[in-house]
Amino acid sequence: MFKYYGKYAPYLFLLPAGLVLLVFFFIPFFQTFFLSFFDYSASIYQPTFAGIENYVKLFQSPIFYKVLWNTFVYLFVAVPILAIFPLFIAILINQKIRGVTLYKILIYLPVIVSIVVAAIAFKWLYADQGILNFLVTSLGFQKIGWLTDPNWALYSVIIVTIWKGVGYYMIIYLAALMSVPKELYEACDIDGANFLTKHLTVTIPHIMPTIALVTTISAISAMKVFAEIYVMTKGGPLNSSKTIVYYIYERAFENLDLGYASAMAVVLLVIVMAFSLVNILCFEKNKYNL
Amino acid sequence: MKKFIEKFSIHAVLILVSLLSIFPFIWLISTSLKGAGENIFAYPPTIIPKDFTWANYTGVWHKVDFIGYFVNSMIVAGGTVFLNLILSAMAGYPLARMEFKGKKIAFFSILATIMIPFQAIMLPVYLITLKLHLVDSVNNFAGFIGMIMPFAVSAFGIFLMRQAFLGIPREMEEAAIVDGCSIWQLFTKVLMPMVKPSLAVLAIFTFIGSWGEFLWPSIVLTKESMYTLPVGVNNLQGMFSSNWRFIAAGSILATIPILIFFLAMQRYFISGENEGAVKG
Repeated sequence: MFKYYGKYAPYLFLLPAGLVLLVFFFIPFFQTFFLSFFDYSASIYQPTFAGIENYVKLFQSPIFYKVLWNTFVYLFVAVPILAIFPLFIAILINQKIRGVTLYKILIYLPVIVSIVVAAIAFKWLYADQGILNFLVTSLGFQKIGWLTDPNWALYSVIIVTIWKGVGYYMIIYLAALMSVPKELYEACDIDGANFLTKHLTVTIPHIMPTIALVTTISAISAMKVFAEIYVMTKGGPLNSSKTIVYYIYERAFENLDLGYASAMAVVLLVIVMAFSLVNILCFEKNKYNL
Repeated sequence: MKKFIEKFSIHAVLILVSLLSIFPFIWLISTSLKGAGENIFAYPPTIIPKDFTWANYTGVWHKVDFIGYFVNSMIVAGGTVFLNLILSAMAGYPLARMEFKGKKIAFFSILATIMIPFQAIMLPVYLITLKLHLVDSVNNFAGFIGMIMPFAVSAFGIFLMRQAFLGIPREMEEAAIVDGCSIWQLFTKVLMPMVKPSLAVLAIFTFIGSWGEFLWPSIVLTKESMYTLPVGVNNLQGMFSSNWRFIAAGSILATIPILIFFLAMQRYFISGENEGAVKG
């Protein structure tokens, strides 16, 4: 094929996007590491070189371990539920039934509504004299301090994240279910297999790559939760619902401890990049034609 | 008979899940319609308001500049969509069709940005935005630019457009060049119209993402007149501390635009053709 473009054309086409990515992605990326070696606690205008001091402080801080632990609790609770429950719903919707579009719209609704509105709606459900505590007390239990009891706050916030994610992953699963050959289900029906065996033997093995994909992307987004916590608990009570991103935000923008916050951000970067690498190399290769 | 029981139980489960999905909103709507004469903490709770009123809506409407928040959100989301379409298409095209030195490097650098969460680099992004004077304390225009620029292009968009250009037959380009098109004319007049479906998908998902963005505007914004809807809604909590009727009414008001958008565009979201398009 003849070459129809000038020598510089490809670079000119890439230039605008390249500039934006350079200024708002690559420079900040390296600056995060750079900042983590400076001490801003005395003055944010005159930082002093601190070596690895921020990291030492970080790894000696009990709050850091608390925050890390909370983030992993988030992962271990939210990710399995978000990998399995939406699949179950997708399988149900995929049966030949009426009203599929309506169900899909209603279940997808939480995905498009602003997380701030969702968090406010749940805050109202979780109110001390709110409707959830009415349910709990009418079942004969003690009232629960959904957002005020350190034993509950983190889980109350996780519920919001799960509630907001179900519809999103359901749609991903529905797309995957379309690729399962219908003949296999027909064979199951002839053999008289029940609902459970049918899906355990045919559906699940067939869409295993999608299950793995949903697991990693929900893990990555669980690492990044912020708004739910900001609106509902501000990380409290007693740091019980504080996760990595909220902690970075608090240290950087409220305490102006830029070095320490950056060291924390480096920890987040390392974890998320590890997850993402697995995701891209194992599950999304085709998407990028690698 | 067995079929009937099966269908019945499937519907039962789906109705339950649908109800759980919308119940938080229903309860918010219910609260927003209850007048001062009704105890919103009443046990047992009532869904249908006894003392029905629109007063909370008019009340919150007069105290909060929803139109202003809405316009700000439109400017930010509109600007973000506009830049994403142009920058992603421009960057996607050479990656799909041209051979040049450094193509591999460009490709993998863009791919690498997928792995970098904004939350981890937001602090330096903020410092750079300050340095470039792209904040609302300079002037409103700078404030809007500052809210838009960090999200002006994404690897997702670039790869989506690259994929779209890969699907166009090469003969189209050859014919256009033979007809005397320059490369820029070829791109804007011939190719861009051919990738409209992908541009639409990119526009819709960028719009939703930008419309709901909360973290970045809450970091950069200093003036209330610049608030976008999510920031404004969060602010309701402070304004009306424990007046849940007003907070509920305000939250519902702020949700109406995106709800209309979703219902109008629902096939893009729930058809499954664009799986995984929203950023997590």
